[in-house]
Amino acid sequence: MERVNKMDVLNRFIKRIFRREEIHPPGSIKTAPLEPSHLEPAWDLDGQQGIVVGAAQSTGIERDHNEDTLFVLVGNSAGQETLPEFGLFLVADGMGGHRAGEVASAISVRTTAHCLTEGIILRLFENEPKEHTLPLHDLFRQALEQANQSVVTRVPGGGTTLTAALLINGQLTIGHVGDSRAYLIVDGKSEVITRDHSLVERLRELGQLTSEEAASHPQRNVLYRAIGQGANLEVDIISHPVPDGGYLLLCSDGLWGVVPDHEIRRIIYNSGHPQVACDELVQAANAAGGPDNITAVLVGFPPK
Amino acid sequence: MIRRTTRALNNQTERLESLQPGITLQDRYLILGLLGSGGMSSVYKGRDLHFPNVTKLVAIKEMTNLVADQTMYEMIVTNFEREADLLATLSHPAIPRIYDYFIGNKNLYLVMEFIDGKDLEAVLQESDDFLSEEQVVSWAIELCDVLSFLHDHKPEPLVFRDMKPSNVMIDQHGHIRLIDFGIARVFQPGQKGTMIGTEGYSPPEQYRGEASPAGDIYALGATLHHMLTRRDPRLEPPFSFNERPIREINPDVSPEIEAIINITLDYDPKKRYPSTDALKKALITTASDTGLLIKPRTAEIFIRGDDIKELWSFECEDEIRGTPIVYQDMIIIGCYDHNLYALDKKTGEFIWKYATEGGITGQPAAEDGVIFIGSEDYRLHAVTARGGNLTWMYYTEGPIRSSPILSHGHIFIGSDDNHLHVVNSLNGRRVWRAETMGPIWSTPLVNDERVFFGCESGDFYCYDFRGELKWRKKIKRAVTSSPILMDGLIYFGSKDWTLYALEMENGWQVWRFRMGGPTISTPTSAEDKIFIGCGDNHIYAIHARHARELWRYATEHQVTGSPVAYEDSLYCGSVDGGLYCLDFRTGRLRWRFRTEGPITGSPVIVDNTLFIGSNDHKVYALLT
Repeated sequence: MERVNKMDVLNRFIKRIFRREEIHPPGSIKTAPLEPSHLEPAWDLDGQQGIVVGAAQSTGIERDHNEDTLFVLVGNSAGQETLPEFGLFLVADGMGGHRAGEVASAISVRTTAHCLTEGIILRLFENEPKEHTLPLHDLFRQALEQANQSVVTRVPGGGTTLTAALLINGQLTIGHVGDSRAYLIVDGKSEVITRDHSLVERLRELGQLTSEEAASHPQRNVLYRAIGQGANLEVDIISHPVPDGGYLLLCSDGLWGVVPDHEIRRIIYNSGHPQVACDELVQAANAAGGPDNITAVLVGFPPK
Repeated sequence: MIRRTTRALNNQTERLESLQPGITLQDRYLILGLLGSGGMSSVYKGRDLHFPNVTKLVAIKEMTNLVADQTMYEMIVTNFEREADLLATLSHPAIPRIYDYFIGNKNLYLVMEFIDGKDLEAVLQESDDFLSEEQVVSWAIELCDVLSFLHDHKPEPLVFRDMKPSNVMIDQHGHIRLIDFGIARVFQPGQKGTMIGTEGYSPPEQYRGEASPAGDIYALGATLHHMLTRRDPRLEPPFSFNERPIREINPDVSPEIEAIINITLDYDPKKRYPSTDALKKALITTASDTGLLIKPRTAEIFIRGDDIKELWSFECEDEIRGTPIVYQDMIIIGCYDHNLYALDKKTGEFIWKYATEGGITGQPAAEDGVIFIGSEDYRLHAVTARGGNLTWMYYTEGPIRSSPILSHGHIFIGSDDNHLHVVNSLNGRRVWRAETMGPIWSTPLVNDERVFFGCESGDFYCYDFRGELKWRKKIKRAVTSSPILMDGLIYFGSKDWTLYALEMENGWQVWRFRMGGPTISTPTSAEDKIFIGCGDNHIYAIHARHARELWRYATEHQVTGSPVAYEDSLYCGSVDGGLYCLDFRTGRLRWRFRTEGPITGSPVIVDNTLFIGSNDHKVYALLT
């Protein structure tokens, strides 16, 4: 419940700054799609469009509790001397018994969001930018290492994937550990820009295991890198220009492991709005059996 | 419900309270300092006070009892005692001797031989270049020797299980010593164990819980691969060594040694060498055949430099420090003899020259039949492409070393008078100028109504087209390097040894990459790679998105000029006088062309012909 309360606080914070509602708090299972017209940004006086975000989550059919966590924070502003458009998007997929998984994913999201908000986003509001600040890659590395430390200290035995994307102006910076994924979808094509840190997946890629063997492998859920693993955590950090007129999708393996890529693309392009798309993606995963928790965050970028 | 397990290598998180120097344990071991800590233990340097007249140094491994759980504690004690017992029974020159073992204050201590040296990870980190093949092979042979000793252990073979650079010490005599037997264990065929070991070096079967001598052979191969390529396998996907062939990264390694290491890295344990003895024999045989162990191997690089066809060369009266342009079938190049030369592109024949009153270091720009060039005579000159006649001159208040950039009928150029000048290209009148904190040698980048440039004061500026400062970034040292733009990021180098990637709208630092020396070279990009020369003699290739080094190539002197990518090659001059052609994906040398003086400018390539100036006073045209 604490996570939801935090989201409420953030919502109020954002509303206070921008005096309008811009983010869509993640619900549990969204079943009734909202009308796209309710979701479009209100201002585009000079044809200026901002990003549009959707997010959805579901425990799935086979699991009895949810170990995924998602987080969305979007900053839009309008005016002559505007703030850069920014957004912070996180997906974490926890693991470990006795509630360790859900606590690990929540703590890692909280810690990472805290570090990146403090180190980067709050600085956007400063009138005099500070000299000598660390590069975004270094701040991301610190944030994910701190999340690792928090999980190790507070949830021994727990672990989590974490895929965090920060948007500032036209640049995305993505920090990634584990097997949640970030996709860029543009011109009808999708590309996974993160690498799954999954051991069995790696062995399958190498031809050491067949797909059938991999699917039933006792260690198919073993990650060779995860938040909470302790020392020597190696973090992938990527910077990428935004896909103009395209999408960024962050999702847990409850989506990508169940719904094929072409179906994900079809749903996104047919939906009309990222929120509708996320609801439908989650439904599609549940329709396919919902073997795992499902989380999707979709960011739509306006054409340049 | 346990849905996943992470590989918990070191789940111990509480910081160990380290022993302070001056403390004495057992009234015998004086703590001198901390050597290292990791996992659940720390290692101290100590002195054995039973030898009061000499300084007998020892290494003291301490396992702190942090665990409240009694079962857990007993397990740790058992592991510790096992390591002690194991080490105590082993007698091999590469295995540290064990002197003592005790429990104090519920903590466990093991007193061992102190090894004066450093581990291979530190050796790698401290070396600027590839370690020599000869050196690595001689260490490999010693490692085979000690692993054979362990694998032949009776009654049960011992599997080391954690072969990696940081577990191998090089002592003061240059010999290897194996340290950290924390997880070595008696090998029982078919035994399943928990996953343990170090990501990156561990063999595939170790993830299935199998530990065998063949696994040690794989990890040794992984260690050798890392030593020879400098590519840390912990930063790569597991089992991806064959995606990074050794000789593509380090062509100095012989094909024979590469082949041997490839066998050790086979996914299938049965296809590896049957024993470390067999591996050792293969290494010795090959090394003797190739003469590797008899004499240091000189780099057998495939240099085609002599075959490179020189179309023509043209000699000026002084050094050529700048970069040519190709315009209207002419090569236009400035020279330190004060002249701007126009030469026939095909023949190198002299067409005209235009005399300024100072040395020329920059690259000319051309538009609508007019050539623009700055000179150390404080002036920006506009001369006709046909005949080289003066059109107009624009005066700054200091020597000009920056190159003119044309955009929207304006010329952007820096000067030593601490200003960026914007000049109308038709009439040479100033449009605006922006004051900076120091001279501008960097050549501006103009894009989308923004101008970006570095400054000798250590500042980096972004102005808009009206001359209004958009942002400024403070860099520690001079930015002589000129910025480039790729996918919304600005890249440039600095004399503070760093390549920077800044976001173009606000100057946010996205990443930085530290090199081995200062740089004034301008980067270039191809595919998703950034290439830059450096004062540490290297040409670097860095991944633009991940900010990781892909390769580096060592020339024989500083690289101050800027690389140029053309097709799949990278061309770059060096102060050693060579013009290098590298495969830009691997950094492997394709050919080298020698000039008689340092090359500080950049090549220009048009229609498979490369033009380059050298401080030997000549301009060369080479057929690529």
